[in-house]
Amino acid sequence: MITLTHYLVLSGALFCIGLYVILAKQNAVQILIGVELMLNAAILNLVAFGRFDKLNSSGQTFALFAIILAAAATAVALAIVLNVYRRYKTIDPGRINELKD
Amino acid sequence: MILITVMFYLMAAIALGSALYVAASKNLVRSVFMFFVTLFALAGLYVLCLADFVAITQVVVYVGGILVLILFAFMLSGRELLSGLQQQTNRLIAINKLPALMLAVLFFIVLVNIFLKANIDNASWISQSIAQKNVITVTDVTVNGIGVNLMTNYLLPFEAISILLLMALVGAAHLSRKEGEAA
Repeated sequence: MITLTHYLVLSGALFCIGLYVILAKQNAVQILIGVELMLNAAILNLVAFGRFDKLNSSGQTFALFAIILAAAATAVALAIVLNVYRRYKTIDPGRINELKD
Repeated sequence: MILITVMFYLMAAIALGSALYVAASKNLVRSVFMFFVTLFALAGLYVLCLADFVAITQVVVYVGGILVLILFAFMLSGRELLSGLQQQTNRLIAINKLPALMLAVLFFIVLVNIFLKANIDNASWISQSIAQKNVITVTDVTVNGIGVNLMTNYLLPFEAISILLLMALVGAAHLSRKEGEAA
């Protein structure tokens, strides 16, 4: 029998992998992938708990909202990454260390 | 019941393995494609949670939208981006990444401790909803409920998120213009 604790541990593991990707990678796009992994871990929790709310289906509805938010965030973040690359010729966040003027 | 258990562990193993490959791989394009696999395995896990509509949305939006967007960003930003990435990742890898690894592992240990102590399967609201038969069963159709709730209970968050999505898309289109056209 698969209980909620199974899902919690799995999403915790995914969250920590995302955390590691964000901290260790020197590349804005890979950091974005790490953020997506963490968001997916949260969505997995929403869906797993949403099973116990049939009438309001709150978990699944907010999982949908979270997916849409992730899509919007990715679009803006990729546009910013392209702009940063155009200006600095690198997307290593450690080497982007000066302002516009 | 045994099949569900086997499928859960299979999907969990695929998701965790491909996520670890994303974390470990030095090749950027390969890690993006392994992220595809993670997202598909997560969609399978959503189906096991009886959330079929969320699973389909995951496949359509994440795999069809976000990952294609990331790949587009690679292809549009040219070859220098990819070659510049690969030369950064060869020296002192272990020492560079030790703090991140330690933080992630320790955080995972803390999280697992909390999950095991919380004993969430016997939480009051969950046993209450089991007693009231408010649990989604295998034969239920969930899409109707989501549609009705989206237009009644959650109308305000729905509208707010629509406006946010519109703002984000306009902002992204504005940001990705060429510099010369701005004046």
